[in-house]
Amino acid sequence: MSTIDTLVPFAEAMECYEPVIGLETHVELGTRTKMFCGCTTVFGADPNTQVCPVCLGLPGSLPVVNRTAIEYTIRIGLALNCTIATWCRFARKNYFYPDMPKNFQISQYDEPLCTDGWLDVQVGEATFRIGIERVHLEEDTGKSQHVGGATGRIHGAEYSLVDYNRAGIPLVEIVTKPVEGTGADAPDVARAYVTELRGLVRALGVSDVRMEEGSLRSDVNVSLAPRGSGRWGKRTETKNVNSLRSVERAVRFEIERQAAVLDTGGRVIQETRHFHEDTATTTSGRSKEEAQDYRYFPEPDLVPVAPPAEWVAQIRAALPEAPPERRARLRAEWGLSEAEMATLENAGAVEKVAETIAAGASPSDARKWWLGELARKANDAGLELAGLAITPVQVARVAELVSSGALNDRLARDVIDAVLAGEGTPDEVVAARGLAVVSDEGALNAAIDEAIAAHPDIAAKVREGKVPAVGPLVGAVMRATGGQADAARVRQLILDRLT
Amino acid sequence: MDLTRLTAAELSAALAAGEVSATEVTRAHLDRIAAVDGRVRAFLHVAADSALAQAADIDERRRAGEVLAPLAGVPVAVKDLFTTIGMPTTCGSRILEGWHPPYDATITRRLKRAGAVILGKTNMDEFAMGSSTENSAYGPSRNPWDLDRVPGGSSGGSSAAIAAYEAPLAIGTDTGGSIRQPAAVCGIVGVKPTYGGSSRYGVVAFASSLDTPGPLARTVLDAALLHEAISGHDPCDSTSIDAPVPPVVAAAREADVSGMRIGVVTELSGDGYQPGVLSRFAEAVELLESLGAKVTEVSCPHFRYALPAYYLIAPSECSSNLARFDAMRYGLRVGDDGTRDAEEVMALTREQGFGAEVKRRVILGTYALSSGYYDAYYGKAQQVRTLIIRDFDAAFGQVDVLVSPSTPTTAFPVGERVDDPLAMYVADLCTIPSDLAGNAAISVPCGLAPEDGLPVGLQVMAPVLADDRMYRVAAATEAAFTDRWGHPLLAQAKGLPS
Repeated sequence: MSTIDTLVPFAEAMECYEPVIGLETHVELGTRTKMFCGCTTVFGADPNTQVCPVCLGLPGSLPVVNRTAIEYTIRIGLALNCTIATWCRFARKNYFYPDMPKNFQISQYDEPLCTDGWLDVQVGEATFRIGIERVHLEEDTGKSQHVGGATGRIHGAEYSLVDYNRAGIPLVEIVTKPVEGTGADAPDVARAYVTELRGLVRALGVSDVRMEEGSLRSDVNVSLAPRGSGRWGKRTETKNVNSLRSVERAVRFEIERQAAVLDTGGRVIQETRHFHEDTATTTSGRSKEEAQDYRYFPEPDLVPVAPPAEWVAQIRAALPEAPPERRARLRAEWGLSEAEMATLENAGAVEKVAETIAAGASPSDARKWWLGELARKANDAGLELAGLAITPVQVARVAELVSSGALNDRLARDVIDAVLAGEGTPDEVVAARGLAVVSDEGALNAAIDEAIAAHPDIAAKVREGKVPAVGPLVGAVMRATGGQADAARVRQLILDRLT
Repeated sequence: MDLTRLTAAELSAALAAGEVSATEVTRAHLDRIAAVDGRVRAFLHVAADSALAQAADIDERRRAGEVLAPLAGVPVAVKDLFTTIGMPTTCGSRILEGWHPPYDATITRRLKRAGAVILGKTNMDEFAMGSSTENSAYGPSRNPWDLDRVPGGSSGGSSAAIAAYEAPLAIGTDTGGSIRQPAAVCGIVGVKPTYGGSSRYGVVAFASSLDTPGPLARTVLDAALLHEAISGHDPCDSTSIDAPVPPVVAAAREADVSGMRIGVVTELSGDGYQPGVLSRFAEAVELLESLGAKVTEVSCPHFRYALPAYYLIAPSECSSNLARFDAMRYGLRVGDDGTRDAEEVMALTREQGFGAEVKRRVILGTYALSSGYYDAYYGKAQQVRTLIIRDFDAAFGQVDVLVSPSTPTTAFPVGERVDDPLAMYVADLCTIPSDLAGNAAISVPCGLAPEDGLPVGLQVMAPVLADDRMYRVAAATEAAFTDRWGHPLLAQAKGLPS
């Protein structure tokens, strides 16, 4: 059904064309209840168990605005340097779709809550200021599952199932202004923007922003114009791009595809496109030129939202430290180089390290564990660090047991394995498995006597002052204690005996 | 004693004094329904069992010495667009046939809490769109004054039930006049409270910015008692006003207009009004003057644009509100035979489930909201709405209440206007301005038109949240006319054998 698109290699495309990008990002807010009713918002509940007359759109039901959702949206708006509306309204966006209980979505149209802000993002050495057009609040739809058929889309499906648990979850839409002047950095700028935005939203505590659960999803707009033409081309909108890497790849693919269209004298069609994770390509959705008329009008079931200036000021005063400032502060506190900090960020370990340090570990220990052993475990299990079944407090405890000499590194790794396997806290594991460094002098001395007796030649060399020869004796003691001894201490005890 | 002839206030007193039981009162009304509703067709659903159970519960609680609310044990009929647990809610439409809502409207809940006994659900124009109940998918109700005439609409089942003594009280909704117009043509009292004064939660929406639930009754005091029982802030309705309920019962009891300034609206009379309506209205104005009110004429120049503005705003909102009836989750489903996709089933269901007037308004509204037409239609209509609000503000700067006829004509014959939507729309000419402005208004009987012997209503309009003022005027009018006639107007209704 789909044709293979001709592509122009990215570098070549960049020689002839200038891209303009734009992003519309949807963030599910982490409010306890839905946007317009009291239903809970926990992810992953059984289908259609978190519903009521309001979010099912039953006849006669009416929405009531969730104040916390308004507050969270204002928080996002303020953090993005936006102007907060003193008066604004919700609007109905009318279209028919089975996962929309009312066949209209309560959204905002020409009166968004927040407008005209910006977010700075860093790509390499360059800083790009991304203009924010608007931040508005709306309700999420239900989730359709189309069963049978080849595409997983509604057309061709045998039947469809709808789960309305998601219907009515507050959704913030953050729309950038068109971003010009990025040139070949366009894919990286898009990715950096979504990364930065995700970090910001997380720092604001308004959403857990799990992209894999769909709580942050971006629509990526791309257009190309011939270099120096001073014009903008027709744009495409690639929907629901659900990972940072995909954002970058979607921009790259659209640039390569549109360049090929323009190179052959073709016309880019203004349309919605779908992104395919597996192939990193986009395919045509419905054409925007025959787009639906949403017949927006002010939502008559809701009164206007007029956040008092004092409330907005309170929200502003309570904003947490902005991510760039926080990053600079943490880097200084932890004594890291720029490169070391970047490594932590790329590994998604900054928060874990910060919490581990807060739980008492030294910065170097916290970094060592999260970037070393735990990163390997996560990688093996195909998880993000946040997905590991160990808490920063537990990691800090393991580090403490090591520095106190109660565990050596090898035992510590065993403890971590056991914690990850669900055997309990580090202390419980140590107790249950008897994993403690052998520090009982009697047992150690007995093992040392045995080792010296078994290797008289080596003992003689050490006695003659050849200290480095002690290794095999240490090894023998460690074997005899099942590895549960502090090797440094064993070495010292042997040397004390022989010299 | 025929319990169905008593007013709600009289029933309340007799029940409180233990002279009658709620069960007896309920049974009397159920018997009356059984006897006459085959001809009146006021009810779509009679809830005899649950009504008797509710009545027995009230009797039990009263016997146990519990102090009950004034309406405890008094029967009430509910328009079939309020959601009710245990009863169907059809909105007079095929598309909701057989739907049993899983929740109670706030007003249903308040009625139950007050101990009012819900007799059943009354007929209405489909989704409250109409002025005669002829747009009901279940056939029209009849006017107890003349069974060949309509009882008005859309709350025509409620007005007919009261005029036929099937219930002393009924709940309706007023979007363009749907309480006041049927009350006027049935010779009873109908009230549109201030918008936001009575909760819309659980009221199946026609036009959200206009829909206003309110009481219908045979007397002004009864209307006030019901008004008070259903009103007050509802956190489930964002447009509900968080303010004390105006003292309507006290005002209905005082019934004193001396010194009040009453404005006659110039624009709500003249061409198109039935002569008998105008003469009865003039007589009512003279009566008020004789009772000590100061009457002046007041011009509200933008009222002439109210009807066209209404017929853009109401259909626009309804086109969106009625989108949810798509066969996916509840109600009628047509064509789901395994060969059609969801979109086709939606279209077929809406095609067969909605009547002609609903379709007409959905199409009108869809058009008016379309990109490129919005400013010219919906936008312009909202501007007119603002001008009408300003007309009211200016008028209420000069007078305490405004008066007009409630309807341009008396009840028309069944079938006369069904094929002429514009003639039907004109029935709401006098009532629409208060819906657009959101202020309170009441219709109270003011006599019979000489040419047809049918009831005429006097409309009294009061400012937002000053509902008590119009009750004062309506109660004074009612008392003076009843004195003059020697009996309530309804005693002259001849359509039904008593």
